[in-house]
Amino acid sequence: MAFDEPTIAEILRRQGISRRGFLKFCATTASLMALPPSMVPAIAAALEKARRPSVIWLSFQECTGCTESLTRSHTPSIEGLILEQISLDYHHTLQAASGEAAEAAREAAMRENHGKYLLVVDGSIPMGNAGYSTIAGVSNLDMLKETAAGAAAVIAVGSCAAYGGLPAALPNPTGAVPVSAIIKDKPVMNVPGCPPIPVVITGVLAHFLTFAALPELDDHGRPKVFYGESIHDRCYRRPFYDQGKFAETFDDEGARKGWCLFKLGCKGPVTYNACATTKWNQGVSFPIQSGHGCIGCSEPGFWDMGPLYKPLSMPIAPVQMMVGAAAAGGAIAGAAMAMRNRAAKKSAQAAHQKVTVEDLEKAK
Amino acid sequence: MTALELLTWARGPGLSIALAVCAFGILLRLFEIFGLGRKADLSRPRDHSPGSGWRTIVSRSLPPPGMVKQAPVTYIGGYVFHLGFAITLFFFVPHIELVRGLTGLSWPGLPTQLIDIAAVAGLLALIAVLASRLSNPVKRFLSGFQDYLAWLLTFLPLATGYLAFHHLLIDYTLALALHVLSVELLLVALPFTKLFHTVSVFVSRWYNGDIFGRKGVAS
Amino acid sequence: MPSTDTGAEHGNALPILNEIRHALARLIESGETTVIDLGALPLGPQDEAELFAALGEGEVEATIHAGGPSSVRETAFHGVWLLTHRNEAGETLARFIEVAFVPELLMSQAEDVADSAAALAKKLKPAQNGRTLK
Repeated sequence: MAFDEPTIAEILRRQGISRRGFLKFCATTASLMALPPSMVPAIAAALEKARRPSVIWLSFQECTGCTESLTRSHTPSIEGLILEQISLDYHHTLQAASGEAAEAAREAAMRENHGKYLLVVDGSIPMGNAGYSTIAGVSNLDMLKETAAGAAAVIAVGSCAAYGGLPAALPNPTGAVPVSAIIKDKPVMNVPGCPPIPVVITGVLAHFLTFAALPELDDHGRPKVFYGESIHDRCYRRPFYDQGKFAETFDDEGARKGWCLFKLGCKGPVTYNACATTKWNQGVSFPIQSGHGCIGCSEPGFWDMGPLYKPLSMPIAPVQMMVGAAAAGGAIAGAAMAMRNRAAKKSAQAAHQKVTVEDLEKAK
Repeated sequence: MTALELLTWARGPGLSIALAVCAFGILLRLFEIFGLGRKADLSRPRDHSPGSGWRTIVSRSLPPPGMVKQAPVTYIGGYVFHLGFAITLFFFVPHIELVRGLTGLSWPGLPTQLIDIAAVAGLLALIAVLASRLSNPVKRFLSGFQDYLAWLLTFLPLATGYLAFHHLLIDYTLALALHVLSVELLLVALPFTKLFHTVSVFVSRWYNGDIFGRKGVAS
Repeated sequence: MPSTDTGAEHGNALPILNEIRHALARLIESGETTVIDLGALPLGPQDEAELFAALGEGEVEATIHAGGPSSVRETAFHGVWLLTHRNEAGETLARFIEVAFVPELLMSQAEDVADSAAALAKKLKPAQNGRTLK
């Protein structure tokens, strides 16, 4: 990121984009970053100065679903993102180079942009045997530490990098941990989801390149603009929850009418994400709109958070046997107590001595 | 531990433990109480009073003449709380889902706006009866630790449920977890405190009515 | 994944219409414009249809060709504009309702006007030297 490099605004201008086009870009960027339209002038001013940041993307124990998601972004498109807005210097799946040339590109980017580049990580890091996951013979842990050392900030993309995800699900055979468990001395932002919404990934990147800083984060290290409200609160079916109208099965009248999916196990009330407003596939739909409850994929440890199709208020494990046994135990204990009480009463009766007036007179 | 993990614990092991303790306790107390036995009453009943026990169940559930005026907070507050609590408990859809999950039984719920009114009424009534208990010297004299404990254990589920539903003060997931945990506390304490009246109230009313009937003051 | 929602009434369009009503009042009183990002609001398929049906079609329709086509359309309510930004591939990037006398983006921007003035001057220079303009 040398300073003779053009700013984002200059790059757009060189492509023949007018001020009007630039303002349109700012307006769609504001929408992308989930910022209010009133922020457009501030975004325009920031983009006048912003330069393309160098981005290094590391993939550890992951399924490439997050990268698949990234490539589905339409605003900005992955091409637009890489050509105009960021300098993606290392990404296994997207880069043309391989082997030593790829690693050399990573090292060069780290050297040239020391202290300024953005590190994006998807996948969790195995703390068990280092050989569980390596890149170019380097363990994930070592590569993360080495690459994070010179980064301005780290973005953990996807539930695996943010919380451990599937690899960390019980019994966690590889000892998988999230990025935040290892990197303590850098700002770490979590962008959870399995995968995260494409435009949320590009949205946080846009935020970093626009304002050269991470957006405001919540307690779980998530950007508040995207993860500030629950699916349930932003769900267009919420009015049905309030009216007490629920789908009871996936093909009943209620389901056809688009009623609330709470009873079918929707985790919308405890899931914080932007699905209900940003939606997926260019804003076409999201799971609830397609008739399936939210499974809560962007919450910590969601793999171990109970059955997907049980309502939130239902018990997770069957309790009938245990309660039955406890009731039987209570009955036995109660009967034993009753018998003891009766025995005590009987013995008191047996020990009872009759006292006559004569006895009392004698005692005088 | 995250809020969701706490909620998961509350919905899983926490609920199992609470229900088990509650079931154990209720059966224990019922066996203990019914096992006590009563001395055979050898005297001839004063009146022939069939059904006195059953009538007392109803009559003691209604305020004696003049008492509503004399102790309005106790009576009105008591009714409003019990009704509000029962409506909230039995007609809020997530609660019905819980019962369905445990027993397979279910019934139609009420719109959340009505539940909301019932819950607020219940909460206000609870606050009013506590204020009256604290300000009235006789009531305060008669109150012990257990009375305040019972009040708190009943207040917490309503309050946390209200906070959770309206997303007030704390994050919803945490509020829901605390709500479930507060109910579990209530379940655990229920058999061993005055809260046991949930199970025993009509039994003792029947017994009192019946015994007084025999003694000549049938209701 | 196509939507399976057959479109029951959710009533989510009504609050937006009320917000527009307030925005119009502000526009008349103080000239303040309001922009509402439709991407930030919970809208079911039926809600969207309801909203657009309620707003109706107005007198003005324009297309901006800058970084992909953007359509700007006045609704049946004067001063209430619907903006849809698309990229070169025609995919919708963002949708806004702008309550204004004229949407900001329809106006020519000062920077662009300055560039154009310079360009025109440059073009006319040879003409002043006695040559004809092509």
